[in-house]
Amino acid sequence: MSDSVFASVVQAPEDPILGVTVAYNKDQSPVKLNLGVGAYRTEEGKPLVLNVVRKAEQMLVNDQSRVKEYLPITGLADFNKLSAKLIFGANSPAIQENRVTTVQCLSGTGSLRVGAEFLARHYHEKTIYIPQPTWGNHPKVFTLAGLSVKSYRYYDPSTRGLDFSGLLEDLGSAPSGAIVLLHACAHNPTGVDPTSDQWEQIRQLMRSKGLLPFFDSAYQGFASGNLDADAESIRLFVADGGECLAAQSYAKNMGLYGERVGALSIVCKTADVATRVESQLKLVIRPMFSNPPIHGASIVATILKDGDMYTEWSVELKAMADRIISMRQQLYDALCARGTPGDWSHIIKQIGMFTFTGLNTNQVAFMTKEYHIYMTSDGRISMAGLSSKTVPHLADAIHAAVTSAA
Amino acid sequence: MAPPDPILGVSEAFRADTHEMKLNLGVGAYRTEDLQPYVLNVVKKAENLMLERGENKEYLPIEGLAAFNKVTAELLLGAQNDVIQQQRVATVQGLSGTGSLRLAAALIERYFSGSKVLISSPTWGNHKNIFNDARVPWSEYRYYDPRTVGLDFHGMISDIKAAPEGSFVLLHGCAHNPTGIDPTPEQWESIADVIQEKNHIPFFDVAYQGFASGSLDTDASSVRLFAARGMEFLVAQSYSKNLGLYAERIGAINVVCSSSDIAKRVKSQLKRLARPMYSNPPIHGARIVANVVGNPELFNDWKEEMELMAGRIKSVRKKLYDSLSAKDNSGKDWSFVLKQIGMFSFTGLNDAQSENMTNKWHVYMTKDGRISLAGLSSAKCEYLADAIIDSYYNIS
Repeated sequence: MSDSVFASVVQAPEDPILGVTVAYNKDQSPVKLNLGVGAYRTEEGKPLVLNVVRKAEQMLVNDQSRVKEYLPITGLADFNKLSAKLIFGANSPAIQENRVTTVQCLSGTGSLRVGAEFLARHYHEKTIYIPQPTWGNHPKVFTLAGLSVKSYRYYDPSTRGLDFSGLLEDLGSAPSGAIVLLHACAHNPTGVDPTSDQWEQIRQLMRSKGLLPFFDSAYQGFASGNLDADAESIRLFVADGGECLAAQSYAKNMGLYGERVGALSIVCKTADVATRVESQLKLVIRPMFSNPPIHGASIVATILKDGDMYTEWSVELKAMADRIISMRQQLYDALCARGTPGDWSHIIKQIGMFTFTGLNTNQVAFMTKEYHIYMTSDGRISMAGLSSKTVPHLADAIHAAVTSAA
Repeated sequence: MAPPDPILGVSEAFRADTHEMKLNLGVGAYRTEDLQPYVLNVVKKAENLMLERGENKEYLPIEGLAAFNKVTAELLLGAQNDVIQQQRVATVQGLSGTGSLRLAAALIERYFSGSKVLISSPTWGNHKNIFNDARVPWSEYRYYDPRTVGLDFHGMISDIKAAPEGSFVLLHGCAHNPTGIDPTPEQWESIADVIQEKNHIPFFDVAYQGFASGSLDTDASSVRLFAARGMEFLVAQSYSKNLGLYAERIGAINVVCSSSDIAKRVKSQLKRLARPMYSNPPIHGARIVANVVGNPELFNDWKEEMELMAGRIKSVRKKLYDSLSAKDNSGKDWSFVLKQIGMFSFTGLNDAQSENMTNKWHVYMTKDGRISLAGLSSAKCEYLADAIIDSYYNIS
């Protein structure tokens, strides 16, 4: 028997983010806490399927006329239109002028990948600038799509806030036409977002240099609790008549994680360009997965097109966002109460699902080993995984890490 | 402006046609005798069960639903198969057939740089696109013989033999798409012989298990033949047709390896390729399959519905053959319609003739002369026979 043809294939390391859950699952401790992947948990620490989602699903399963025929390559048409309206605003001139092409993709990751493949083939600048730091999967998505990846300064560890002058400098020195990845709101992993004024400055700089914005919108409605507020950064750019890309995910804001629902929108200068762009997006999609999965998109479309269900959704969404905001406050208060050294106000200033604690890898490892706290090694914790009951344990762990571990 | 997809674009054109006799024999999606799409009863049962249980929608692991991965490998190879017992197969849930092929192509590109994939001439239109986008070189091996409307077996063996050692050979497990022409069991043995001789790596595309003959096991026999020889190989599976789960995008890539340790390593690398493509696969279709295949009662129900679907296709083949033979007085042998297997038939019509089918007869099909029997009703067999005869004899 000859050697395996796969003999040279080595064991790949676990994905750093998803691997946290793998490690968590192995741990037998009764006090273990999973603050790794950004999946919402209730106060009882359970995953949540929104009531309005269950309702929509029941409607779909009960509908005897529904079939499972292939969707078009671009996905469910209703879903695409509604998604564009959700992110750009129902009255967006770009939509009314048919300058937007929207294709259904596999959640945020899939939308980013399809957009990046399209740019690698058809755009004249093959470099994308990503913020430092950014979601761990971003660099690989873009590299495998054929783009080269550079970074721009974003997070300032000394203030635990935005390094705005660094950001402007780095984007200012990017080659004209370069692609720039922007987190629409609730920056992952830092939770640090530009202010409205800062967004306006970013917009002016980018437009003056012809830099192409590529928005990653994974938390619309989750950051502030308001769907429109969380889309302001994108709408600012679209309002100036310029072009941009936007990857949308419904994983968090509709709790549809495993259904893989998302959309890629490309806002173009003219309707004619949008039509041609769409035809080329289809050529990217067909050899990747042919056409997207119907179930999650149907749930989204059902909810978005019905006024009452839409309202119900926004109420449930706000409740999730509010619970997270309350966890932030509780953690901050708990650390203050313990007199944990350092300024922890960033916990309540940062926005969205994650907190960038500022803890280093040693401290993180310490917390995992001694307190069974699971988080990514960059010090990011998912507030969505906390509850009033577990905040004290986390506060104890942070306190111990800061006062004893290096 | 990119041109419309040659296969999926056919349905778009069909929808736009208002002629009352229009017939969609383009894309391979099963239709009932009333030419309606069909959701299997067993699928509806499974979905109701799932809803009753109120399962959550958490992210699957990158490799997909464990319960699905287990049953899909067992369905393909047989639960008692050595490969399964020895845990030598790396199974990763993929986005139906296309997505599973794409993951495999990405693995080939990364680990077998320079190796090419041999694909049949002809083959499913999207195969080339998948390998092109994955940057995997490919070349063709002879397959379809227009003179016999059958398999060019010697051409196939020659071309596989002539390819550089260590090439991947893309094989259709059953119900070859687009021709419907499958090797016989003896021919499969010879194919396996030459592949072993040249240290090639077999790469099966299994999109019709159960649909070809009506039997899940029979349709897996080519794959199991290779497994029995202790060979390493890849298999992309799809549940689009056999469970009617088209739009749910459920399939798997399986890599059969010489040891369980290697299978683990290969699986970890497949995960590494999936993560920057879509992170983790969709749950809904995977749960349906796991429920159907993993539940003995539902599994039996499925087998019955599958036999009905495959049976309907066999019966329209017979009706079409009878109509063609009755209407065509030239003595031309139309028996290939009966001998071909699965959803598709390669009519032997060329580009211009296929266009005539559409323009004059409003019969929608792909330009390579492929028709989907799944889209044909007994009621329309005579009409189709007329169209085929007209196109074959009056257009060149």
